[in-house]
Amino acid sequence: MSTWRVARLIAAKDLRVERRSKIVTNQVLPFAGITMVSFAFALDKQNVLDTVAPGLIWLATTFSLLILVQRSFSIETDDGALDAMRVAGVDARAIFLGKAMALAVQLLVVEILLLFAAVVLYGESIQSSGAVLALFDTPITVGGVDVLLGGTSTGAQSPVVAVVLLVTTLLSATCGLAAVGTLYGGLAAGFKGSETLLPLLTLPAVAPVLIGATKAVESAVGTAGAVVSEGWQWVGLLAVFAVASGIGGALAFGPLIDE
Amino acid sequence: MEDAGFILGSYLLTFVTVGLFAWRTIRSGRKLADQIPDEDKYWL
Amino acid sequence: MTTIDPARTELQPSEAPSPRRSTGTRVTRAIGIGCLTAMGWLVAFGLGFSPADRDQKESVRILYVHVPTIWLAYLAFVVTAVSSGLYLFTKKRSLGWDRVAGASAEIGVAFVAVTLAVGSMWGRLTWGVFWQWDARLTTTALLFVTYIGYLAVRRLGGSHQQRAKRSAVLGMIAVIEIPLVHFSVKMWRSLHQEATVANLDGDTKMDGIMLFSLFVGVIAFTFLYVWLMLHRTRAMAMEDMLEDRGLDDALVARRAEAAAQQNGAR
Repeated sequence: MSTWRVARLIAAKDLRVERRSKIVTNQVLPFAGITMVSFAFALDKQNVLDTVAPGLIWLATTFSLLILVQRSFSIETDDGALDAMRVAGVDARAIFLGKAMALAVQLLVVEILLLFAAVVLYGESIQSSGAVLALFDTPITVGGVDVLLGGTSTGAQSPVVAVVLLVTTLLSATCGLAAVGTLYGGLAAGFKGSETLLPLLTLPAVAPVLIGATKAVESAVGTAGAVVSEGWQWVGLLAVFAVASGIGGALAFGPLIDE
Repeated sequence: MEDAGFILGSYLLTFVTVGLFAWRTIRSGRKLADQIPDEDKYWL
Repeated sequence: MTTIDPARTELQPSEAPSPRRSTGTRVTRAIGIGCLTAMGWLVAFGLGFSPADRDQKESVRILYVHVPTIWLAYLAFVVTAVSSGLYLFTKKRSLGWDRVAGASAEIGVAFVAVTLAVGSMWGRLTWGVFWQWDARLTTTALLFVTYIGYLAVRRLGGSHQQRAKRSAVLGMIAVIEIPLVHFSVKMWRSLHQEATVANLDGDTKMDGIMLFSLFVGVIAFTFLYVWLMLHRTRAMAMEDMLEDRGLDDALVARRAEAAAQQNGAR
């Protein structure tokens, strides 16, 4: 069986476990939601929330990542499943890829929820940037989200580009987060004190994602005058990070779980 | 002369920290060396 | 794995020469003296003979300790990465490399902590603030936390080889992680100059006595690093030996117990 096929099987297994246990749906998603609410308690001013909303989305994502990783590996270590897989001769890279893919799917669900939460709770909206566009702007409400159509004559970006930027950011950030999470989750899995070790290892490592994804989303939604075109360099950073952590993780995972 | 305070303080902080680190290293080395026979001490 | 025959460890006072009670040797003594001498020179030049800077005035003196500590920290982490690689990729997988990696990381973390503390004092004098979110400071802070994580992983437990393999992999991952983080932070800060309180970024043009003072600092701290490495790796070797001996003792005791039980049962 090819590594890829095994990885897909493992990913499917993880997602099936989630479908039956519903831990992510019942616990992690509410956790993400309550985190966003907590941010509002702590940062009481509306204009502050507006400005930092993209960052808060990714902060909440990072915290949710930690919980998702803990969950992802607790289902393995509880019955020694990880060791069993290795003893059965499953390629470590396949395990890494499979678990990372499942983690990425769950993370994406969380992120989409968080985006909606930001729209609803913080009044976030996707805008075209530039004050000049005000002359041409016609507000259109699409599903509760105010979308301002920008005029094309001033070279303004259409919201479509902004949405593409947003989606690309989500995907590339998620891949990077999932790879790092899986790697360190595997390292810490099953050890005393691993619950506290995981955040300590993961947070510095995903700093590039936090920085890049926040900036990219800021560009997509036009926070503080950020332009969509500025966002692509950050997506570039996220992509490089995702590739580096994916390859590095796949290589390092084997030695780490081989004990 | 707030400056002098910070400058001297930074030198003091550096040497005290480093000194403590060094002292703890030596002390643990001594405690361990008492429990290990000389033939196992590869540096001798 | 170093195994000690438990039967051999009880030295009879009459037959053994007085045991060597420390990790010191002639070499470490020499290096130690060199270090102290250099430190003395550093203080003399740093606080005395070197002049005040044109822009920074007296606060430039802090740099003579601040810069060497961070340079040596970088060196220490590079040594960790290299010895991690040597542990993983040499056939023998000698635990000596693992001890070098671990000791170097410990010293590196201590040096970074000093760097951050002393640097904030310098910042207070030059910028008026203890901290700024500029690229260099932010990366250094993340570097610090990353290697604290490395040290935590070393204490997860298990056999020496497990510890060595785990931390070696992490030590090498850090080498990729740190440049990535540094690059991201640079991108982050290059777009937001308003966060910088002042234009002074610490790269003063140094010449003459000032440069000499800096070199003295680097030499002094290099001596210190080597001295600490020698002592710490030897202590770590002994820690491992004791752990093994404890394991051997436990095995012997268990076998004796089992034998006694068998005899009792007969």
